[in-house]
Amino acid sequence: MAEKEKAVKEPMPPLNVWLAPVAVGWLVPGGGHFLLKRRGRGLLLAASITCMFAMGLLMRGAMFKPESGDILTILINWGGFVGDISSGILYLLTTWLGYVQPDMAGAVHDYGTKFLVTAGLLNILAMVDAYEIAGGRKS
Amino acid sequence: MPKMTLSHFEASFLFALFASVVLGVVSKRTDKERLNYGLYVFGCFVAALFGIGWLMHFGHG
Repeated sequence: MAEKEKAVKEPMPPLNVWLAPVAVGWLVPGGGHFLLKRRGRGLLLAASITCMFAMGLLMRGAMFKPESGDILTILINWGGFVGDISSGILYLLTTWLGYVQPDMAGAVHDYGTKFLVTAGLLNILAMVDAYEIAGGRKS
Repeated sequence: MPKMTLSHFEASFLFALFASVVLGVVSKRTDKERLNYGLYVFGCFVAALFGIGWLMHFGHG
């Protein structure tokens, strides 16, 4: 208890230190790590996130769009949209190239939708890691 | 674009593989710890996959 009270909150690193790695990390999965010279980890992140997104597309997963309605509809669609858009250039290219897949019944479509959202959520983890590395909290 | 059709097991296995790699990479401090954690998470995913699979099998009767 006493230790918790004594714990000092770490100051936030300056914006110019972490903004570029986090922004590049959002745009290109693993890009933040490449920018920070963590090439091996960047490569693993890029490969995993891109493969997961590509498999989601190949399984014809649906992309979420923000919708209004009851609270559950808002939560699911906005949450899914944030997950999708977190894949950065993968999401942008896919939508710019006209990928439209209606939400259909079927296990494979459903897996595809989950793969697309999870790829974005994993990229958020990669962005947080890039932030911590840039701020000197991790090596 | 060709459509990929995977079984539940194949899709879940690949999901576990990609998620474990990312979770391993972004956690811990050293490469050895990251590798161990990634393998641990992958093992947990696969154990849950088989466990829940058998649970559903018996649940269906």
